[in-house]
Amino acid sequence: MECKRKNEKSKSNSTFPDEVLELVLGMLKSRKDKSTVSLVCKEWYNAERWSRRSVFIGNCYSVSPEILTRRFPNIRSVTLKGKPRFADFNLVPANWGADIHSWLVVFAVKYPWLEELRLKRMTVTDESLEFLALKFPNFKALSLLSCDGFSTDGLAKIAANCKNLTELDIQENGIEDKSGNWLSCFPESFTSLEVLNFANLHYEVNFDALEKLVSRCKSLKTLKVNKSVTLKQLQRLLVHAPQLGELGTGSFSQELTPQQCSELGSAFKNCRNLHTLSGLWVATAQYLPVLYSACTNLTFLNFSYAPLDSDDLAKLLVHCPKLQRLWVVDSVEDKGLEAVGSHCPLLEELRVFPADPFDEGIVHGVTESGFIAVSQGCPRLHYVLYFCRQMTNAAVATVVQNCPDFTHFRLCIMHPGQPDYLTQDPMDEAFGAVVKTCTKLQRLAVSGYLTDLTFEYIGKYAKNLETLSVAFAGKSDWGMRCVLDGCPKLRKLEVRDCPFGNVALLSGSRKYESMRSLWMSDCKVTMNGVRLLAKEMPRLNVEVIKEERYETHQARKVYVYRSVAGPRRDAPPFVLTL
Amino acid sequence: MSRSLKHDYIGLAENPSMDGSSDKLSSSEDGKTLKETELRLGLPGSERKSGGGGVCLFGKELHNVLKAGAKRGFSDAIVTDGSQGQGPSFFSPNVDKTLVALDTQTNTNKDLAKPVQEKNDQVAATNGHATAPAAKAQVVGWPPIRSFRKNTMASNLTKNNEEAEGKPGFGCLYVKVSMDGAPYLRKVDLKTYYNYMELSSALEKMFSCFTIGQCNSPGLPGKDGLSESSLRDLLHGSEYVLTYEDKDGDWMLVGDVPWEMFTDSCRRLRIMKGSEAIGLAPRAMEKCRSQN
Repeated sequence: MECKRKNEKSKSNSTFPDEVLELVLGMLKSRKDKSTVSLVCKEWYNAERWSRRSVFIGNCYSVSPEILTRRFPNIRSVTLKGKPRFADFNLVPANWGADIHSWLVVFAVKYPWLEELRLKRMTVTDESLEFLALKFPNFKALSLLSCDGFSTDGLAKIAANCKNLTELDIQENGIEDKSGNWLSCFPESFTSLEVLNFANLHYEVNFDALEKLVSRCKSLKTLKVNKSVTLKQLQRLLVHAPQLGELGTGSFSQELTPQQCSELGSAFKNCRNLHTLSGLWVATAQYLPVLYSACTNLTFLNFSYAPLDSDDLAKLLVHCPKLQRLWVVDSVEDKGLEAVGSHCPLLEELRVFPADPFDEGIVHGVTESGFIAVSQGCPRLHYVLYFCRQMTNAAVATVVQNCPDFTHFRLCIMHPGQPDYLTQDPMDEAFGAVVKTCTKLQRLAVSGYLTDLTFEYIGKYAKNLETLSVAFAGKSDWGMRCVLDGCPKLRKLEVRDCPFGNVALLSGSRKYESMRSLWMSDCKVTMNGVRLLAKEMPRLNVEVIKEERYETHQARKVYVYRSVAGPRRDAPPFVLTL
Repeated sequence: MSRSLKHDYIGLAENPSMDGSSDKLSSSEDGKTLKETELRLGLPGSERKSGGGGVCLFGKELHNVLKAGAKRGFSDAIVTDGSQGQGPSFFSPNVDKTLVALDTQTNTNKDLAKPVQEKNDQVAATNGHATAPAAKAQVVGWPPIRSFRKNTMASNLTKNNEEAEGKPGFGCLYVKVSMDGAPYLRKVDLKTYYNYMELSSALEKMFSCFTIGQCNSPGLPGKDGLSESSLRDLLHGSEYVLTYEDKDGDWMLVGDVPWEMFTDSCRRLRIMKGSEAIGLAPRAMEKCRSQN
C-alpha cells in the first residue's frame, strides 16, 4: 500500500526531495520489500541504500565487506551467516573460513557507529572480540550462535569495554570455556543490559557480581543463566528482576527447605511478564510446581535440554494454555506428546530432540503415535522438528491432514534409510502427503528409505519450497533433477550421502544463480562434473573440500553458491575454488 | 563372499599410528583367529551355523572393528599371538575421537550409511564434561545434531544414571552392555525386565546382528535364580556367558541371585567369552553358597 501512494506522488512531482523519499523507504521493515523498492529506479535505489540501517547477509561469501559498505553507507546492524549448515554436524573441516575479522576491519572505518552484530556459524577469535569492543564506541548488541574460535577471554573484553551494551547472547558455540570471570568484568557503573544469555557456558560465574548486575540493570528483559546457578540463587535473581520476559533457569536442581521452596514459588509468581522459559538442565521433578504460577502467559517453553518424563511434562502443561512454541527432549515419550495435544491448543511449533541419539539400545523416545496425538490436539501446528526411531507413511499422512498449514516440516528418522516400520515400504508416500497437502511449505527435511518418487512429488507439488535437506535418500540423478526443475522458489539445497551424480549437479546449473547455495557431500559427483559446472557458470563460486585420503577424481564435498565478490581469496588449502 | 580381513577393513583413522596398527592387525590374522573372532551368543542349547560369522554392521561384514575406551574384552579377542603393539594406541581416552572407520562400497540400496571417523573439530578440547560413552559405529554428522547438544545431552544422561544407581526406586536403570568383539556397546534399562529370561532374550535380540547362533534356552527355570546345574550347562554349552559387574567392582555370573538383588547391585553387563568365564563360575558359586 505504501508503494502505491509513493508511485502516485512520483507521477505528480517530478522532483521529490531525496530526504523525504529516504525517510519513507526507511520505514519499510521487510528485507524483501527493501530489495524490491531498490529495483524500481535509480533514484529509489539510491534513496533506499542511504536509508538502510540494517543488513542481513545469508552467506558471508556472497558479498565482500567493501561491496557492502560501498552500497550501504549508514548501516547500524549487521547479521551474517557463514559456514554451510552441515558444518554444525562436523561435515566441514576446521579453519574452513567465515572469519569475521576482515569484516570488522572494514566496518571500523566505514561503520564506526555500528551497534549490532549477529553472527551464525562464523569463526570469531578473541582478537576480533577485543577489536569489536574497542573500535566501536556505540556497540550495543552481540549475538553469537553456533560460532567457534573464541573463548571466555573475548567475552571479558566485551563486558569490560562496551559501555552501551544492551545485548550479550551466547548460544551453542564452540567456545573455549576457561572460566566464569568474564561476568565480573562488567563495570559497576554499567546498567544498560537488556538481554543476557550465557546459558551454554559451563563455568561458574561470580554470583555476587551477577546478582549486582541484574539488580542494577533495570531494563533487563531476558536473562538466561547457566547450569551453575542454583535454585536458591535463581530465587534471588528473580526478586531483583520481576520484569523479566524471558528466563533461562539454571540447573533447577537442589535440595530446598519448604521455606525456600515457597519463596521460589512467590518469586516466580511475581514474574507476570514471563513469556519464554528455558533451561532446567538437570531438573528434578519435585520443584517443577514452583513454575506453575509463572506459566499462565507462557508462549515459548524451551525444555530441549531438560530430561523430563511424560508425567512431569503433563503436569506442567496443564498450566500453559497459551503455549505456542514447545521444544522438548524425547524422554517425554508419546505420553508426554499426548499431553501436549490435550493442553496446548494454540501450539504452532514443536521440536522434539533425541535424548540419546547414538544409542540404538534405547527403546523409548517418541514414535508416530506421539506425532499423531499432537496433530490432533494442535491444529495450528505449522513448524515441526521431530527426531524418532520409527515412522509410518500413514501416520505422516494423518498428521498433515490434521495440520495442513505446515511451513516447516523436518522429520528425522534416526536410522539412515529406514522404511515404514509396519509395511516396510519406502517413506515416499509420507513426504508425498506432506507436499501435496501443505501448500505453504517453505522448509522440508526428509529421512528414511526414499526412492526417486519422493523427489518427483517434491518437484511436482512443493511450489513454495525454499529449503530442502536430504540425506541417505533417492535412487538416481532423476530424483535431484525433479527438485531442481520443479521448485521455483528453491534457495537452499543440502544433500548428503545420496546417489546423485554429475548429471544431477549439472542439470541445475542455471538454477544455482537464483539460489543462495547448494551443498552436496558424499554423493556421486566427480571433479570433472564440478569443473564443468564452474566452466559453464563463471558467476558461481564452485568449491570442493578436498580430503586427501580419497581418490582425487571424486568430489566428496561440493559447495556451490552465487556471489558478487568473486572466488574466495581466503580459502584454506583444502578448499579448491574452481 | 570373500572373507579376507584385509579386504573388508580399512582403517580410516586420523591418527597415523592407528593406521599402522591396523595393518599389523590384518597381517597377523590367520585362519585360526578367524574362527575365534566369530561371535555367538550362547545359552544352553545354542547351535552353530556353518558358514556364518563375523560382525554384522549395516549389512557389511567386517572383522576388525575398533572400540575406544574399552578396558578389556575386544582387545583380548583380537590379540591372540602376542601382537600387542596396537593396545594403547587404539584406546583413545578422549572419546571425542571415535574410531570405527569402515569403507563401504557405494551402493544403491537403502543402507547408504557410511561410518567414518567422527571428528569433533569444532568443540573445544576444554569441554570439562564427559562426552558420549565409548566409541560406537557412527556416521559422521548423523543424526543431525549440533556438537554442543550432543555433548550436553551425553553428560546429562551420565549424570542421571549416576543418580539413578543410588536410588533403587528411580524410574529407570540403564546399564551398559558390552559384548566381546562387538564394535559398540548397548544400554538396557533393567527396570523394564522382571526376570532373567526377559533380560536374556532382550539381549539376544539386541546383539543378534553379531551372532549366528540360535539361542534356545529351554533349561532356564521360571524362578529368579538359576540352579547350579544349569549354570554348568550354561558354561559348557556355549561360547559366551553373561556376566555383570556389581557394586563392589567384582565380575559375577548372571543368574546367581534373586532378580531384585541383581538389579540393585548390577552396574554393568558384559557378554564374556566362555573361556574367560570358566574362572568366574566357582567364585560365583562360592559367593552364592556363602550368602545362603
